[in-house]
Amino acid sequence: MKNTDKLTKDLAPRKFGKAGVIWTWSLIVISVLGIIAYIDQVIKGQMVTNMNDYALWGIYISNFVFFVATSFVGTVTVAVLRLTNNSWRTPIVRIAEIISLASIIMAGITIMIDMGRPDRLLNLFIHARLQSPITWDVIIIPTYIVISLLLLYFPLLPDLALLKKHYKKTKPKLSKWYGKLSLNWTGSDAQKKIQLKSIHIIAILTIPAGFMLQTIDAWLFSTLFRVGWDSTNMGAYFISGASVAGVGALVAVVYVIQKAYKLEDYITDYHFDKLGKFLVLTCLIYLYFNINEYLLPQLTSKKEEITHANVLFTGEYAPLFWFVTVGGLVIPIIVLLFKKGRKPLPMFLIGLLVVLGSWWKRYLIVTPTLLHPFLPIQGVPESWRHYFPSLHEWLITAATLAMALLIITILVRYLPVIPIQRTAEERELLKKEENNKS
Amino acid sequence: MENNKKNSRRYFLGNGLKLSLATALGTIGLAKFTSKLKAKTDNNTVETMELMTTDGTLIEVDTSEVVDVKHSKDHKKKYNLREGMPNRKFVMVIDLAKCKNALKCQIACNKHHYITGDHAWIKVYKMQEDEDTAPYWMPTTCMHCDHPACVTVCPVDATFKRRDGLVLIDNERCIGCRFCMAACPYSTRVFNWSEPAYGEETEITMNMHMQHVEHNSIEFTGMPSVKGTVDKCDFCPHTIKENILPHCVTACPNGVFYFGDKYEDTVTNGEETLRLSKLIVDKHGYRLMEGLGTKPSVYYLPPVDRLVDFEDGLKDFTDFKSVDKPE
Repeated sequence: MKNTDKLTKDLAPRKFGKAGVIWTWSLIVISVLGIIAYIDQVIKGQMVTNMNDYALWGIYISNFVFFVATSFVGTVTVAVLRLTNNSWRTPIVRIAEIISLASIIMAGITIMIDMGRPDRLLNLFIHARLQSPITWDVIIIPTYIVISLLLLYFPLLPDLALLKKHYKKTKPKLSKWYGKLSLNWTGSDAQKKIQLKSIHIIAILTIPAGFMLQTIDAWLFSTLFRVGWDSTNMGAYFISGASVAGVGALVAVVYVIQKAYKLEDYITDYHFDKLGKFLVLTCLIYLYFNINEYLLPQLTSKKEEITHANVLFTGEYAPLFWFVTVGGLVIPIIVLLFKKGRKPLPMFLIGLLVVLGSWWKRYLIVTPTLLHPFLPIQGVPESWRHYFPSLHEWLITAATLAMALLIITILVRYLPVIPIQRTAEERELLKKEENNKS
Repeated sequence: MENNKKNSRRYFLGNGLKLSLATALGTIGLAKFTSKLKAKTDNNTVETMELMTTDGTLIEVDTSEVVDVKHSKDHKKKYNLREGMPNRKFVMVIDLAKCKNALKCQIACNKHHYITGDHAWIKVYKMQEDEDTAPYWMPTTCMHCDHPACVTVCPVDATFKRRDGLVLIDNERCIGCRFCMAACPYSTRVFNWSEPAYGEETEITMNMHMQHVEHNSIEFTGMPSVKGTVDKCDFCPHTIKENILPHCVTACPNGVFYFGDKYEDTVTNGEETLRLSKLIVDKHGYRLMEGLGTKPSVYYLPPVDRLVDFEDGLKDFTDFKSVDKPE
């Protein structure tokens, strides 16, 4: 019992320091600016964006795809590592669940920003047609939000009960809240049995749900005729890309939390090493699908495919393409293959690079394809031949990213980021084993 | 006590009414039945008529047995806007050999659909597929595909395919997701990025608004356009309903556009009326991007034996402007 008390003291959510407060407020300010920009967009129409009849989707959509991809981290770490019995996952799963929940919520919000008539949102339910990939999205995103929420919540129950006890004297109000949320958790065998079963069911459910989510997201593009989208590779390509984006984001967030909460005792170099190996695995798989996507069409060299590829390899989007491919994929693979590259700080930098690369990668999937339709672009203003987001688009997109970080920040502030109960149990187990040995 | 009495009285009255109604119905029914019986016995041998069955044999039947079949009247019903005009299938033929980029089709279309955006619904492309192949002018409308990719992906059934071949948009339902625009391989759809700029209230815009009030229906796409929704060429259902050709067909000085009905197998450009199937065979008609399986309703006749030089059209060619904006 003493053991858990010390752990609770170490791992209980703490008040932010100065840096934390500044960080939170800047996120709030960015969010508010974005909301103002969005209101302006609703009033004036999407004229305020730089989208046009050719570049008919812009960063709203690519940002949406990025959020959907990042939300895959819940599936890939929690469920997959759980089912494969990788016990090193304990201190990082909750962070993964938090990122996953924040991303999928923001994905749902971001897709609405792109709608020309947000006031007709309900039509999606009233007049829903099942053959449209958007309807599939309307079904899978709320489903995944619920699953992500439960995946975060069920394992939290014992910890919430612990926190209730911990804060009883110092913060009675907060303690009451934890008590309510812990659903009268006492830790009895019957409760534990139900909890374990529920977690197991949700963990298994999240795998098909996560795969469906990524695949439907890919099908939003591959069900269309356009060159660069009309590819059977898309489903697997998106799933592997989502693993990269998700694990990259996880690495970056884990590092920040470790430093901010001084959790070096709990999140160690060992965990970063494992995470690094995991990230390099996902990157290698993604590289494989990238080769399928970009290099194979070169052999048949269909005219449209070549035009599209040239724009990416040597044309207008070449700098971005090579940044995304080399910076977001090749460099991480090389660095992470070495043991020294899997130390916390280099891992953090690589994680940031991967996330940045993943974000721009989605931009490259959406935009260049639209600018090369089957019939030539004629009879429209010259500016319609190119696309770069407007100030409104940047403000709104920055706000969605800030809101995602804000959700993560708030959850990290009030929830124990490392499962207390589980860590205690595992440590006890370890001790017993050591005792047995000696 | 008082109340109770009233109630029982009401009860009695109600029952009495029901009873009398039942007897009345009964007597009517009985009268009908007996008259029918009478008719059967009386007229049996007097009046008969000859009819032809569906397989072509003649039969003789009693006239009293002949009753109207219910659905035989359905043709005359006013047509359902989402179903289309019954027993029609509209098609267009565009003769590229005649087009010299006069742009009259585009101007007429812009005017009659009150297009004020930057993107006309009809476009005349300067086409040259390769350095080694001949250049030509190619007007495009909406292809009104029989397998429309746009309709498949619409999440709310705002864009729909009618039986008469038309693909239309209900801009009161469209949510502005632009998925249909991404789906269309012909880049035919345009979006109202802002409130349509109709400018000052002129006679023209007043006319439009009056028309909108009068016929507030999906047949009048773009009248007026709605912010945040998609527009496109609609094959002018508001004119073809009145047996008038679409605006682009009548506006073209060179007779490039032929409009007609596939079931009647005729198309006309206003001057000559031709047999569609023969025209397609004789002049080697084709459809755009047949390989995609969209099955367009618009046929093209190849630009062979051109009536006017390709260069003649260059003077009208503006790469960046397809709509004249109102002042």
